[in-house]
Amino acid sequence: MSELQVRKIVAGYDAAPVLRGITFTVPHGSLTAVLGPSGSGKSTLLRVIAGLNRPVEGAVVVDGTVLSGPRVHVAPERRRIGLVPQDAALFPHLDVLANVGFGLPRAQRRGGKALDLLEMVGMTDYATRMPGELSGGQRHRVALARALATEPDVVLLDEPFSALDAALRAEVRGQVRQVLRRAQTTAVLVTHDQDEALSMADHVAVVDEGRLVQVGTPAEIYAKPASRWLARFVGGALVLPGTWSDGAVAGPLGVVPANLADGHVAHPGDTVDLVLRPEQLSVSAIGAGGGPGVIALVRDVAYFGHDAVVTMDLPACEQPVQARVLGDQQWRPDSEVLVGVRSAGLAFTRRRIPKRLADL
Amino acid sequence: MRPARFTAAADLEAAPDPRRRWRAPGGRLILRASAVVAASLAAIPLTYLVVRVAQADGTEIVRALWNARIATLMVNTVGLVLAVSAACLVLGVATAWLLARTDLPGRRVWLVVSSLALAVPSYVAAFGWIATTPVRGFWGAFLVLTLCNVPLVILPTIAALRLADAASEDVARTLGRTRWRAFLEATWPQIRPASLAGVLLVALYVLSDFGSVALMRYQAFTWAIQVAYESLFDRTLAAVMSVVLAAMGIALVAAERRIRGAQARTGSTVAARTQPVPVALGRWRWLAHGGLAVVAALSLGVPLGALARYLLLRTETSTTVKTEDLLADALSTVGLAAAGAVVALALALPIGIVAARFRSRLATATESASYLGLALPGIVVGLSLVFFSLNVAPMLYQSIWMLAFAYGVLFLPKAVGAVRSSIVQVEPGLEDVARTLGSTPAGVWIRVTARIAWPGIGAGVLLVALTAMKELPATLLLRPTGTETLATSLWRLTSGTAYAAAAPYALVLIAVAAVPALLLTREVAGGKRHPEETL
Repeated sequence: MSELQVRKIVAGYDAAPVLRGITFTVPHGSLTAVLGPSGSGKSTLLRVIAGLNRPVEGAVVVDGTVLSGPRVHVAPERRRIGLVPQDAALFPHLDVLANVGFGLPRAQRRGGKALDLLEMVGMTDYATRMPGELSGGQRHRVALARALATEPDVVLLDEPFSALDAALRAEVRGQVRQVLRRAQTTAVLVTHDQDEALSMADHVAVVDEGRLVQVGTPAEIYAKPASRWLARFVGGALVLPGTWSDGAVAGPLGVVPANLADGHVAHPGDTVDLVLRPEQLSVSAIGAGGGPGVIALVRDVAYFGHDAVVTMDLPACEQPVQARVLGDQQWRPDSEVLVGVRSAGLAFTRRRIPKRLADL
Repeated sequence: MRPARFTAAADLEAAPDPRRRWRAPGGRLILRASAVVAASLAAIPLTYLVVRVAQADGTEIVRALWNARIATLMVNTVGLVLAVSAACLVLGVATAWLLARTDLPGRRVWLVVSSLALAVPSYVAAFGWIATTPVRGFWGAFLVLTLCNVPLVILPTIAALRLADAASEDVARTLGRTRWRAFLEATWPQIRPASLAGVLLVALYVLSDFGSVALMRYQAFTWAIQVAYESLFDRTLAAVMSVVLAAMGIALVAAERRIRGAQARTGSTVAARTQPVPVALGRWRWLAHGGLAVVAALSLGVPLGALARYLLLRTETSTTVKTEDLLADALSTVGLAAAGAVVALALALPIGIVAARFRSRLATATESASYLGLALPGIVVGLSLVFFSLNVAPMLYQSIWMLAFAYGVLFLPKAVGAVRSSIVQVEPGLEDVARTLGSTPAGVWIRVTARIAWPGIGAGVLLVALTAMKELPATLLLRPTGTETLATSLWRLTSGTAYAAAAPYALVLIAVAAVPALLLTREVAGGKRHPEETL
């Protein structure tokens, strides 16, 4: 069993802290994605866990062993934590097999263990190639095999797919997920790509400006974002002003059923922000018995094949509204349509008022 | 450090210990300490010179400084530096433009021919001129130094022209500028830092040149220092003049560093670079060929012609050289140069590693100290180390170790450059990964960093050795009695007008100098290296 705990980590370079108190736990054998915009401190977090950066405060604990903490700093070479860097960072002077065997004792470096791992990542035929002769995806698979060869307790993946082109990325992602599952390794993946985080991870930890915004399963993060920023950052969201009345919000889209976000309290008549996902909006033709809705003017249609995003102007709203509809629906720019809401939205109060004060 | 196996909550909640936060591990401490030691060693010549002058009698210094000759020497040296710099700027930029921006046939061949001048040490060129022509004095020194140093402007200017955005010149033409104005207003500002850095380097080499001004009997500082030193009565005068010369050298190096820093910041402003359309020379190309041919004839033809004349038309006189003498000189030259390269490497390793891996005031300071070797003329380093060994370490006086140390200091910038750039090449990410795979910091150095960096470092050491083989002024002052090198023998024979005997030495020296010159020419023209690493 190897469970990774990150506790109240404060770390940075020179004076300015990049991480300002981050806490989460990665259960054994699972993959947690750390998701955040660039510059949010994700890579620093990985360096802290690997022991390459010493935190100012907080602790890194694996299976009850403190690796970083007050008066404790286990050197990276003694941590049993593997790293797959963003650029793969294969040793340019060693062939593929020697790269994979780098962390093994001298006698085993070219032995069966390294070959087994090459087979696991499907690179057996490339054992004697030099890194310069490999494609981007192959390099990442070798880097993963190299990190797994020492049977580490935890593997850290630092944006490992960002250098790959879109088609290759999905493929390599799947392969890596499979290899990690098979090896039952606890893993932390750092990424700024929300699709990657939602599709690969068992848990997602969203980080912004060095602070943890929310931790949860991908479904929780998407369905119950902790803030407006998070809703916009993961999945994209429409944020509309409105007035709260028990279980619904009245605004530019009419009266829309809504739930209050966790920790938010509102009274009827309070101003709130209504958060809706693009796929929660429906678009229908006027007068075709298409149910309730408000009239909107189609401004633009971006067609993706399986689906399409329709951008519309609402009469009572300055910002454009986007709806994600199935690809078989066809709408023309400058036509008038009816916009409706399929399911309950999420309402955020403008100010977070402590519950007792709000009751007065 | 052993992993501590505890998780007591009380320990985790304890306040962090601020003293331990920024403590560098032991290995780094040793590395930094050795960098400081190496930088201090490199600073010995300058420090000792200043100490020596400070200890001298005040009135003696004043007398030396107000000596009418100092003013004359100053005017002579500054005049020569200015004249050669200006000539190299005009000739160098014009040649670079011809070779980089026109449709001149045979541009690649001309590039090699133009940079071959780097393979002729200036005192060998001077030997060629005085052995075959009556040119002497200012014009002789001016001619030889201009022809030998002009590649230092040509090569970086070509590199800059290749990087410069050609489209902005086209835009200037469409806005109503003539071709010449468009070059001046659109292209020249882009290449100016590179050309000026080259010119400053030329100025530095002219300032520190000893062999050719001495052979041309031109009264410049370096020659006067040698004369004052040899006269034995006036060592304070020699020391004072050395300090003045060192100050000028340091000023030039500081200016060159500053221009290079600005050059690094400018960078490119275009997203996609258009391949410039070469300027069609038309009938002018014959003029271009002619001009390049004249320069080549003067810079290569004269020295090589002198060699041919004295090697082929062997006269049966006592002035011909014995093969075993030449062989013995070559052997001692190689041995001394190798010792110098080893010293340079030993000093350069800690400085270069610190410069490549740590951004700190210490890194900047130790790297700057290594550049003293570039700023101090060989004659100054030689003189200072003579004083130093006589007064502080008499057992080292006239030993090969003192000379090897002088080479180490003089060529330290090249060695540090090679170490730094080879190590910068090794991605720090590789070292991080190696650590997570279980290697200790020392293990990472052996298995990753050194393994990847050693070819570059090795090439740098070889370059230092080849450069040291043709060093003249410091060798003259510091060589053990009775030991001659190729350079000192050539100098002695040429001074005594034994040209036939000197010719074989000149040939060997050109062969020695040609290797690094040709190797590095391509990299400087390609913008991969700075010209100061070429000679």
